[in-house]
Amino acid sequence: MKYVDEFRDGTLARNLAASLQAEVDPARHYSFMEFCGGHTHALARYGVVDLLPGNVRMIHGPGCPVCVLPIGRIDMGIQLALERGAMLCTYGDVMRVPASDGLSLLRAKARGGDIRMVYSPADALQLARNHPGREVVFLAIGFETTTPPSALVIRQAAREGIKNFSVLCCHVLTPSAITHILQSPEVAQYGTLALDGFVGPAHVSIVIGSAVYEPFASTYRKPVVISGFEPLDVMQSILMLVRQVNQGRAEVENQFTRAVNRAGNRAAQAVTTEVFELRDSFEWRGLGEVPFSALKIRPEFAPFDAECRFELIYQAVPDHQQCECGAILRGVKRPTECKLFGTVCTPENPMGSCMVSSEGSCAAHYTYGRFRDIPVLTT
Amino acid sequence: MCLALPALIVELLDAETAIVDLGGVRKQISIALVPEAQVDDYVIVHVGHAIGILDEAEAQATLALFAELARSEA
Amino acid sequence: MITKKNGYLRPLDLKHGRIDMNHGAGGRVGAQLVDELFARAFNNPYLRQGNDGALLSVPAGQRLVMATDAHVISPLFFPGGDIGSLAVHGTVNDVAMLGATPLYLSASFILEEGFPLAQLKRIVESMAAASRACGVPVVTGDTKVVEKGKGDGVFISTTGLGVVPEGRDIGGANAQPGDAVLLSGSIGEHGVAVLSQRESLQFETAILSDSAALHTLVAAMLAAAPEGAVHVLRDPTRGGLATTLNEIAQQSGVGMLLQEAAIPVLPQVAAACELLGLDPLYIANEGKLVAIVAPEAASAVLAAMRTHPLGLRAAQIGQVSEDANRFVQMTTAFGGRRVVDWLSGEPLPRIC
Repeated sequence: MKYVDEFRDGTLARNLAASLQAEVDPARHYSFMEFCGGHTHALARYGVVDLLPGNVRMIHGPGCPVCVLPIGRIDMGIQLALERGAMLCTYGDVMRVPASDGLSLLRAKARGGDIRMVYSPADALQLARNHPGREVVFLAIGFETTTPPSALVIRQAAREGIKNFSVLCCHVLTPSAITHILQSPEVAQYGTLALDGFVGPAHVSIVIGSAVYEPFASTYRKPVVISGFEPLDVMQSILMLVRQVNQGRAEVENQFTRAVNRAGNRAAQAVTTEVFELRDSFEWRGLGEVPFSALKIRPEFAPFDAECRFELIYQAVPDHQQCECGAILRGVKRPTECKLFGTVCTPENPMGSCMVSSEGSCAAHYTYGRFRDIPVLTT
Repeated sequence: MCLALPALIVELLDAETAIVDLGGVRKQISIALVPEAQVDDYVIVHVGHAIGILDEAEAQATLALFAELARSEA
Repeated sequence: MITKKNGYLRPLDLKHGRIDMNHGAGGRVGAQLVDELFARAFNNPYLRQGNDGALLSVPAGQRLVMATDAHVISPLFFPGGDIGSLAVHGTVNDVAMLGATPLYLSASFILEEGFPLAQLKRIVESMAAASRACGVPVVTGDTKVVEKGKGDGVFISTTGLGVVPEGRDIGGANAQPGDAVLLSGSIGEHGVAVLSQRESLQFETAILSDSAALHTLVAAMLAAAPEGAVHVLRDPTRGGLATTLNEIAQQSGVGMLLQEAAIPVLPQVAAACELLGLDPLYIANEGKLVAIVAPEAASAVLAAMRTHPLGLRAAQIGQVSEDANRFVQMTTAFGGRRVVDWLSGEPLPRIC
């Protein structure tokens, strides 16, 4: 695959690893948060951690839209399928997330709910066209990368006058989440969470541009390097962060120059603004209520807003008392520091948000990295 | 968080739809978010939509940077 | 004088006819289905006897191996195969994975009311062709019909019988630290071929299912090494290579260390998996095998595999290690290390 394989080259990786080793200051520690769950997944899947110097620690941030999707929102989806007879469509990632009453979307399907996995919101709209007698609802999740396709599909439905399609909008915003972390007590007041910089999301930044991160660098004095998705990109970005820290700089740098620019994708931003507006507040699983962090559908498109159409009321559902996802999502604790990790809480039986998706901190660690916790004898 | 890949536009079907090729696999996608995309452009594809165009010159520059590190370490 | 007339039975309408409840009722119509479709296609002396069971001979001094499978795949027809050929290959392979020579197959069909006879004919003929190519006849069978809505077109259940010489013990609990882990070829093709037919995913690819009978490959491998050198044989079907290796690690109480760069994956399979967010390690294969062999026999077995049409891209992909935790670990092509975990459930395409 062109422009993919070249960025996974093992020989180049070793060179980058050597550069990192040469440039880190042995007298200090570096802690960087990779915000995006896709980066968490890449780090784990390629074993990048093995190539980093011992004094560089990667903290996994809350940029996993499945992980931060509150149980109550999934309950709404299940309710629509089981009680209101709707055809509920969503991405594969959401299907197995445990919700209330021992259900998940997959289990609700086994109980007779018409729940369908789609690859794109356009597929959901097509299902609405194919089944004019049924109510079709698309459960939309994702950060700013995934939002414009949802906006397009709502706009298209309005243009065609489709009468049986609506969207249950759970889209969330990246800058708000980063602010939330930077304002959290552990970072802002106690200083217990050492956070030296951010590896910024790749594809979100294609849409929103790199300029939006500039306030984080200037106000909070934290370097941000927007990183491509492939492991070589991530390593180079970490090197760029190390250099900024060593030189006392706090700037927004763009490593992903082949796809990201300062302004972002104007067409995508325009359609998003046309269809969506800011919610005052939205519950993020593990983080609690975060102001101005999520989107809802504008009143002009109310017929396509499932929450209006079905008069849905959100009920918050708390996580297990001993679940440490909140602390883990903010980077304050590691998966292994949660009592439930690996015992009660596993990918088969996830208790909290960090375990539900393969890119959540706990799931990534469990699936790819838990062998590091246990000394292993190899012949 | 966002699985997205660079794919080559091999055919434009209309103003908003194209066929892309990734490693020999073909798929129909929407280009409504990158209306300026042309055949032979590489676009970044996410959930069946192109969300941006890949700047090939920048891609080569990034790869050259990695290679340069190789030389300087050698 | 009374003339005895033979009753006239119209031949089955194999072009436009459909299965109905009569076909499963055990009467003349059902017998006609067996006669005109199944027996005609499979065509061997056992079936021609027309009994409910088959009388079989087993070579002296050998032990019996039996394996069974149910096939519920959807879609029924996919690039590179169909449920019929898949059924034959799958069960022949299960027998072969014990180091046994497959001898006989049985096949039972559960047909849904309304299922087109034209499709059934296609499936049965494909099955018969696969059976002939393997040299393993379908010696007995059964058909039942369920009401419309209670079956997915057709379900097929096959049982295979084979023989294995006295003293041969090939099984999942026999892997030893130091053993070589061998793989017969590239992974992920069957799963991708089937996924490409799912309407909701809509991608075009030239990938064909690798569905194939592996018993002659197994025979070649066993002939190339001293008896007892091949410890484990298994075909990585549902759940893929990762699941199979984890199963063996659990059974044998060992760990494994794999090298990602050594695992062959066709470029189109890699690309399709990338597009969907799937990992080829967890995707089903229907014509590949994993062999765990004593280290001193590895190169001979590998050489034998590479001369066989189904093992041309065979490779050593890792080693068995001592590990109380039974982890299957892998050094990535990138240079890092990761665990290859046991699959949680069915792999679903992801967007994140």
